[in-house]
Amino acid sequence: MPGFDLQLLLHGQYHDWLVAGLVVSIKLAALTIACALPLAIVIALLRLSPYRALQWLGASYVEVVRNVPLIAHLLFWYFGAPELLPDSLKERLYAGNYEFVAAAIGLTLYAASFMAENIRSGIRAIPAVQFEAARALGLGYLAAMRRVVLPQALRVTVPPLLSQVVILWNDTSIATVIGVAELMHQAASVESAVFRSAEAFGFATLSYLIGSLALTAVATAIHRRWPVRTL
Amino acid sequence: MIELIQTYWVYFLIGQYPQGPLGGVVATVLLAALALLLAAPIGLLLGLARVSAQAWLRRPVTWFVYLVRGIPLLLMVFWIYFYLPTVTGHKTDQFSTMLIALVVFDGVYVAEIVRAGIQGVPRGQYEAARALGLTHARAMRRVVLPQALRSMLPSLVNQFVSTIKATSLGYIIGLTEASFIATQINSQVFVHPAGVYLLLSLMYFVLCFGLSRFAYWLEKRQARRALPRPEASSANAAASAA
Repeated sequence: MPGFDLQLLLHGQYHDWLVAGLVVSIKLAALTIACALPLAIVIALLRLSPYRALQWLGASYVEVVRNVPLIAHLLFWYFGAPELLPDSLKERLYAGNYEFVAAAIGLTLYAASFMAENIRSGIRAIPAVQFEAARALGLGYLAAMRRVVLPQALRVTVPPLLSQVVILWNDTSIATVIGVAELMHQAASVESAVFRSAEAFGFATLSYLIGSLALTAVATAIHRRWPVRTL
Repeated sequence: MIELIQTYWVYFLIGQYPQGPLGGVVATVLLAALALLLAAPIGLLLGLARVSAQAWLRRPVTWFVYLVRGIPLLLMVFWIYFYLPTVTGHKTDQFSTMLIALVVFDGVYVAEIVRAGIQGVPRGQYEAARALGLTHARAMRRVVLPQALRSMLPSLVNQFVSTIKATSLGYIIGLTEASFIATQINSQVFVHPAGVYLLLSLMYFVLCFGLSRFAYWLEKRQARRALPRPEASSANAAASAA
């Protein structure tokens, strides 16, 4: 077994491959969070709305999406969905950077289903009388949510949402199945180019681990600084 | 679509078996069940270590849990598939690779379920057992664990759902589980990728949704059967008196 070649990771072509992969992973995660969070809020509000049909819609979304593995989502968005489009549009898609877009769509829809549940249980943790009092004082549904319920619910939801972001950060690695040149893909490329699995996977392990532990530390710090208040 | 199902349903269910390796949906479920079964005793031991009063036991296990949860499962699969052979000298096949990765993954998650289960048993139960002269091991085995295990059951069923979903990573290293078989069907049919992957998703959905409803039902049943806790009601009384 050859020794661990640290130089390979510090400079040169393979270093560049891995760093480029890390950048793509970070971009993918950031884009997904930016899109998934608003979607998750909408779904959570649907599930909490007073209308049966909307509740059902929100609940179906969550159950359907989270009971299918992420790989199946990505395979569908990359190989399946473009088939439903006209041919000219399809060719344009595949000629561009469609694998990144497909990964972002799949990850967004998947992450949103879990985040929606965190947000919903956070809002439900706030006693209904808070909402009722706000309504009685003349606030509309949205205003009562925004001014009274959400500020309290955030304390309950932010730490679990951050755990969800950790999971999302790790899940970006699955984008490798549809050929997104993210960290996992680049590590595998370095491995097959020079058979340096320890170096390539060591770099990936350290990158994912640092990201995950940093986010976990932030979640813990937020939980300490803004503890959940109970009446 | 109907034609697609009629032609390929057996292949999708069991792969090339008996001419080739067992594959498809059956392989997915078997792999997940085997992984969780093997992970259960490991998870129990890790979980006990996580709540142990001995720091030398608790700390390394806690770090191990953070390590496994802090990296993608796919990365662990790659370590086992590509790196492990350079140490052991012989190739790890796809099924063993996935099984090892899933056992480690499940072991850590079961450990957290065990920890939550033990911590959910009121502390007075353990203290009473110790006061009656039972050793730590006996108090755990005879008093705490039987109660904890019952409350863990719904979480374990949910972990089975997670495991089934995680087996799909086998696709990446070419294990002939359901997602891989679906992709092979897709490359043979070629004209219905949306249909093929929707059917694959539907299969996972039926399996996982069914199981998670079962877990929910177990949870509700336990909540109904749970006895009102004396210390909980006295705490409430104290709170209302104050």
